[in-house]
Amino acid sequence: MVKNHDVRELEDVVVKFVGDSGDGMQLTGTIFSDVAALSGNDLATFPDFPAEIRAPHNTIAGVSGFQMHMGKRKIYTSGDMCDVIVAMNPASLRANLKWAKPGATLVIDSSSFEGKAIEKAGYMENPLEDGSLDDYRVIKAPIADLTKESLTEMGIDKRMAARTKNMFVLGLMFFLFGRELDKPRAFLREKFAGKSDVIKANETAMQAGYDYGAKAEDIKYVFKVDPAPMKKGWYRNITGNVATAWGLLAASERSGRPLFLGSYPITPATEILMELSKHKSLGAKVFQAEDEIAGICSSIGASFTGSMAVTTTSGPGLSLKSEALGLAVITELPLVIVNVQRGGPSTGLPTKSEQSDLMQALFGRNGESPLMVMAASSSANCFEYAYLASKYSMEHMTPVILLTDGYLGFGSELFHIPDVNQMPRIKPPMADPNDPNFKPYRRDEKTLVRKWALPGMEGLRHRIGGLEKTNIDGNVSTDPLNHQLMVNIREEKVNRIADYIPLQEVSGDTTGDLLVVGWGGTEGALRSTVNRMQAEGHKVSHAQFNYIKPLPKNTRELFAGFKNIVVCELNSGQFVNYLRMLYPEFNYHQFNKVQGLPFHVQELTETFTKLLEEK
Amino acid sequence: MLENKKVSKSPVELTKQDFVSDQMVKWCPGCGAHAILAAVANVFPRIGYRKENFAMISGIGCSSRFPYYVDTFGFHGIHGRAAAIASGVKIANPGLSVWVATGDGDSMAIGGNHFIHVLRRNIDINIMLFNNRIYGLTKGQFSPTTPMGSVTKTSPHGTIEHPFTVSGLVMGAQGTFFARVPDNNIKLMSEVMYEAAKHDGTSVVEILQNCVIFADDIHGEITNRQTRDDRQLFLRHGEPLIFGKNRDKGIMLRGNRLEVVEIGKDGITEDDLLVHDQYDTDPSIHRMIGRMKAPDFPVAMGVIRSAPADTYDELTQMQIETAKKTSDIQTVNDLLHSGNTWEIK
Repeated sequence: MVKNHDVRELEDVVVKFVGDSGDGMQLTGTIFSDVAALSGNDLATFPDFPAEIRAPHNTIAGVSGFQMHMGKRKIYTSGDMCDVIVAMNPASLRANLKWAKPGATLVIDSSSFEGKAIEKAGYMENPLEDGSLDDYRVIKAPIADLTKESLTEMGIDKRMAARTKNMFVLGLMFFLFGRELDKPRAFLREKFAGKSDVIKANETAMQAGYDYGAKAEDIKYVFKVDPAPMKKGWYRNITGNVATAWGLLAASERSGRPLFLGSYPITPATEILMELSKHKSLGAKVFQAEDEIAGICSSIGASFTGSMAVTTTSGPGLSLKSEALGLAVITELPLVIVNVQRGGPSTGLPTKSEQSDLMQALFGRNGESPLMVMAASSSANCFEYAYLASKYSMEHMTPVILLTDGYLGFGSELFHIPDVNQMPRIKPPMADPNDPNFKPYRRDEKTLVRKWALPGMEGLRHRIGGLEKTNIDGNVSTDPLNHQLMVNIREEKVNRIADYIPLQEVSGDTTGDLLVVGWGGTEGALRSTVNRMQAEGHKVSHAQFNYIKPLPKNTRELFAGFKNIVVCELNSGQFVNYLRMLYPEFNYHQFNKVQGLPFHVQELTETFTKLLEEK
Repeated sequence: MLENKKVSKSPVELTKQDFVSDQMVKWCPGCGAHAILAAVANVFPRIGYRKENFAMISGIGCSSRFPYYVDTFGFHGIHGRAAAIASGVKIANPGLSVWVATGDGDSMAIGGNHFIHVLRRNIDINIMLFNNRIYGLTKGQFSPTTPMGSVTKTSPHGTIEHPFTVSGLVMGAQGTFFARVPDNNIKLMSEVMYEAAKHDGTSVVEILQNCVIFADDIHGEITNRQTRDDRQLFLRHGEPLIFGKNRDKGIMLRGNRLEVVEIGKDGITEDDLLVHDQYDTDPSIHRMIGRMKAPDFPVAMGVIRSAPADTYDELTQMQIETAKKTSDIQTVNDLLHSGNTWEIK
C-alpha cells in the first residue's frame, strides 16, 4: 500500500464490472471475487449478461456485467445498489449508472469514450465532460491506451494487448482495495497454464494497472474490507448450477444408485448438464437427448432400470415434460426434475430470473398427479437440496421437482464444503430378488411406498406403465373404485413425506407483528431486510420455505403466531394462493414483483414498514 | 453378435411357455399382432438370455399393449416415447436385452424425433415396428404410412399426404439394421428377430401387419396366397436376388438402378443378378432394395441391412471405464476439494 492514501474501512461493498460482451468482464469479476474469498471475505456474485452471444459492439444490448458483494459480515445477496462500478465503455456506463449509489466510485476507461462509442450508447455528449457525473467519485484512466503502451514495450502484439485491458483494470481495482497481486497471479498461471505469452501479457497488464493506481492523482483514498468471521473448515466459491450438479453426484454416491441424467440444453439450466458431463469418473451417465421429452423419458427408463435418474430444465422445458411427469407419477418411480426457473411465459426472459413456475410444478399435469415439490434458497444450498430431492425421491418412490432459478443458478457464493460421508443416509426401498411376496404395488404400511424391483432381478418380473393399475397386483384396471383408491394413495403417499422433512424454521421470534414468508431463491434479500428491521427493534420474523409439497407440519402453527403475514414472491402470487387454498383461515398480504430482477432491500423495507404501521 | 453381448444367459433351456404372461390378450381376432406375439415367444428362448434380462418397452397404440402379454420386465410408456424410454433403459443397464413394440403412428408420427435419433446413436435395442398403415386404437385415422389417396375417418376425400417408407426413414437416419416381414410368416419373423437380437446397435424390424377392422387387407397385394411368390423376394446374405413361384425372376443392378429380369431370357443367368450383402456399410444398395414396391418390383423381405458400427451404450461404458482409471476424482469428496479451495482455521 502506498502510504499517502487514506483508507476507508467498509463493512460490505458492492462492486460491478461492466463492459462490452467481449471485454472479459466475467473473468475479471471472477478473479476479483476469488481473491476476496481467499482474503477471508464472505461474498456473493451474480453475472448479468445479454441473451445474445456477441451483440453489436459498443451497444447497450451488448453490455455484459458481473456484480459481486463482499463483506466482513455474512453476505446474503449479490447486492442491490453498487458502491463501485467499473465501466469499460460508454454503453456499459449508461446501462448501469442507475445502479450506482449516490457518491459511488466509478472506474472508467476514458480511452473508449470517443465519438462513435458515445453515440452508439445513446449519449448526446461525452458524459465524462458534460458534468453529469459530478455527484460521483470518478476515476478515469485511458485504460486501453495504457495497456497497449505497457505491453508493446515488451514486444507483445497489439491484438493481445487490446484483449488484456481487463487485467489492467483488475490491477487498478486491487490497488483500490489494498490487495496484493500474488493470489491473482497464481490464478492466471493456473487458468492459462501452458500459454506463457498469455500469462506474461496478463501479469504485465495487471501490474501496470496496479502501478497506475498508486500514482494516479485522482485516487485520494482506498478501501479496506476486513475478513468476515467464518465457521472453521474448508471453503470454495460455487454457483448454484454447479452446486446442484454436485449435490446430485453426492446423492448417487451415498445411495449406491448410479446417476443417469437425460437432459436437453436450455438457459439457465444448461450448466448442470455441462457440469455432470465432466464426471464420468464418478460413474455419471449423461445423455444429451434430442429434446426435452426424450430427456425425461430416457430418465424414466433409467429409473425403471434402477438408476438415480434426473432431468434438468427450465420453464418451457418443464412444460414439454408434463405428460412424462404424469407417467413417473403413475408408475411411482423415483425421478428428480430440476427446474432452473427463468422469466416466462413462452421464451420470455431466458437469462433473467423469476419464481413463476410454482403452480406449474404443483399442478401442471393432466389428471390428479401429485408429486413432491422443493426449492433451494441460496446458490450454495442448491447442493443440499439437490441431495435431499434425490433422497426423498428414491426413498419415497416419487418424482420430485426441485425449483431453483437463474439467479441462484448463475450466482455464486461461498460454500462450506461438507463431508459427503457425514450427509444423511439414503436407503432406497430395493426389492429382494425372488421375494415370494413381491407385487409391483404392494406398499409399506407407514409410507405407502412400493418396492423398487429392477429388470434383471430374479423372480420379480412385472409390467408397469401409464395405464391405471390395480393396487398391489399392478394389473391394468379401469375399475372405478380401484381408480379412486389409487388416486387417494398417490396423494397420501406424497403428503406422508411431511413426516420425514424438517419443521419450518423461523428467523426471529415465533410470535410478533409481522411474519415475512418467502420460498426458494428470495431468501437472501428477505433475510437481509428482516435482520436489519429486527436490529431496529421491529417485531418481524422471517420464514423461507424449502419444502412446498408437502409443507412442513408446523406451518399452520407458525402462521398463527403473527398478527400479519406477508408472502413475498417474484411472481404474481402463486405461493400465497397455494397457502390460501391450504390454510384459508389466515389473512395473507402479498408483495410481488415480476421484472426479471431480484427483490431489493429498499422496496422490501418500505413494504414491511407500511404493514407494521397499519397494525 | 450374441456371444459378445453383456446379457447373461439362462442356465436352463427356456420354452415358449416361459414367456407367456398371465394377462388376457385383448387384440381383435385376426389381428396381425397375435402372430408377432407368437414369433417373440418362439425366438426369446432361442436367443437364450435369462427371462429377467429381457425388457419389453412400448409407447401407445394397439402394438403397445405388447409388454403385458410377455412374461418379462415390461414398461408401457406414453405415445411416441418408447424409443426414448428404451434408450434410458439400455444406457443405464447394458446387461438387458431391450425390445420396443411400436406402430407406424407411434414411431413415425408423434415419436418421429426419438425414432430417428435412436437410429443415429445406434443404441443396442430392437424395435418391432407394427406397420398396419392406420391408427387402430383411435379407430381408423390415417397414419404417416397410409397410402396416398386412402379414405379414412380423417380423410373422407382421400389422404393428400405422401407416406413414409419405413426402410427409407431408417436408412435416412443412418440406421444400421433393417428387416421386413409380413405378419403371416411367423417362421421368417422369428428368424429376422433372431438376427435383430444378434446385431450390435438399433435394429428395426418392420412387420407388415394387417388390421382386420380399420385397414383390412392393406398389405394384400403383397401378402395374399395367390400372388405372394411373385410379390415377395426373400433376401439371403451372399445369395443372388431371386423370386417368383418358379424362382425364375431376379433383380439386376443396371447402371444406378435396379431392374427385374427373367433368368434364362436374353442370355441372363444367376451370375448377372445382384448378390445381397447385408453387412455392406454403404447403404446405397440397401436403400434401393428397401424401396422396391409392387407392382413393378417384388417387396424385399428378410434382413436388408445389418451394418457394423459402434453402439452408443458401449461407447458410454468405455468412456466411464477410462475416466475411472485415469481421473484424480474418485469420490465426490475428491470433487468438492478440487480446484480453488481454502481452509479457515
